[in-house]
Amino acid sequence: MRARRIPRHSARGAAGRDIDHFLTRRYTVEAVPILRLPQGAAGVRIEVENLACRRSGRLVFQGLSFSLATGEALLVTGRNGAGKSSLLAILAGRLAAEAGAIWVERPGERTLPEMLHLVGHRDALKSALTAQENLAFARDLLGDPDLSPRDALAAVGLGQAAELPVAYLSAGQRRRVALARLLVARRPLWLLDEPTSTLDATSQEMLFGLIRAHLSSGGLLVAATHGPLPIGSARELRLGR
Amino acid sequence: MTRAFLALIARDLRLAARIGGSGALVLVFFLMFVTLVPFALGPDLNLLSRIGPAILWLAAVLATLIGLDRLFQADEEDGSLDLLRSSPLPLELVVVAKVIAHWLATGLPLALFAPLFGLLVALTPAGMAATTATLLAGTPALTFIGAVGAALTSTIRRGGLIVPILVLPLMIPTLIFGVSAANAALGGTVPFVAPFLMLTALSLAAAVIGTMGAAAALRWSE
Repeated sequence: MRARRIPRHSARGAAGRDIDHFLTRRYTVEAVPILRLPQGAAGVRIEVENLACRRSGRLVFQGLSFSLATGEALLVTGRNGAGKSSLLAILAGRLAAEAGAIWVERPGERTLPEMLHLVGHRDALKSALTAQENLAFARDLLGDPDLSPRDALAAVGLGQAAELPVAYLSAGQRRRVALARLLVARRPLWLLDEPTSTLDATSQEMLFGLIRAHLSSGGLLVAATHGPLPIGSARELRLGR
Repeated sequence: MTRAFLALIARDLRLAARIGGSGALVLVFFLMFVTLVPFALGPDLNLLSRIGPAILWLAAVLATLIGLDRLFQADEEDGSLDLLRSSPLPLELVVVAKVIAHWLATGLPLALFAPLFGLLVALTPAGMAATTATLLAGTPALTFIGAVGAALTSTIRRGGLIVPILVLPLMIPTLIFGVSAANAALGGTVPFVAPFLMLTALSLAAAVIGTMGAAAALRWSE
């Protein structure tokens, strides 16, 4: 294995000087015989070392270390304000870490933000656009297209709402449109922030099914959650005292 | 990457058309300002046609500021900026795409309607042509300069008035050369080309500096 140091990824800028991303190329990736693998998921490994986060002066967490490889899920739990969302924001390159390092091992040249989907509290949907237009935009923007927007909406049970402006949808339906974004572009790492909130029982089952399929096809998942998710084996990372 | 770039422009244009805020509102403001001037100055046609280009340019500068504060703030509030950050598109190109869409929705209509509104201030045909040409060449500079202010204030709630305070001083050179080029076309000692080329240069420089500045501001704000 050959390791090469790459500059901090493009979406972080100067604030991210504490996090180093390392790239390890693997030359055997093409030989892995898995069907419909999330692109670049084979051989993806993320190692987090001694991560610390400070927000408005307060040290939210420190000394956080974990690693995540292909097909693995990590559930981040902890009380409100323990830093679950902050951890996801750091992984997404949205927030600068106070200290620590994130190492990424993967085939190809992508930066960490280009490898992940983030579905958080802010759903990144434009109310004036229809569900289908929102997803079509995300598909063109993120690259590596997978399902068509219509198929993705059908997969989350919103096939009939494709032509409706998102403004007319309920909170749970909006959340499902945001989750459908996971399906329109293929990305190995899913960052989900309390994915079950506002979802009814049927939709939660649908979501668990999507997550299980993602993991079994070699994807990675980091989810901030208050309860256990029935998605098979998952490790738990407990934040806070 | 081209696909993502074009998709972003198309989305912003579609949003502008559907929400109807920026484009139409900017034109209405432009019209209001130009209509008020003859009432304030009195019906002296010679005076009006002499200061006509200046009035249209002033109106254009102020109208450009409308909606500018929402350029990145709207995306910041609903999380779209996180989505844009995780696209393969560098933030610089995100800024360029959004500025192009914003200019097509506001700056371009301003320039195209300038001859019509010029009638209100008794502009001569030569003056109308010159004003339109200078607005076409100069409004991109206004939008690119404004983008820096918009990016800096993207995380500030109710930052509406801060953007004008930040960017208006930087727009003054564009205003000076825009008005002097338009006036030169009405006659005078300066040829039209000299200030007009300066204006185009300002637009090109603003396109580079504004893009870099806005992208840096977006990275820095979190």
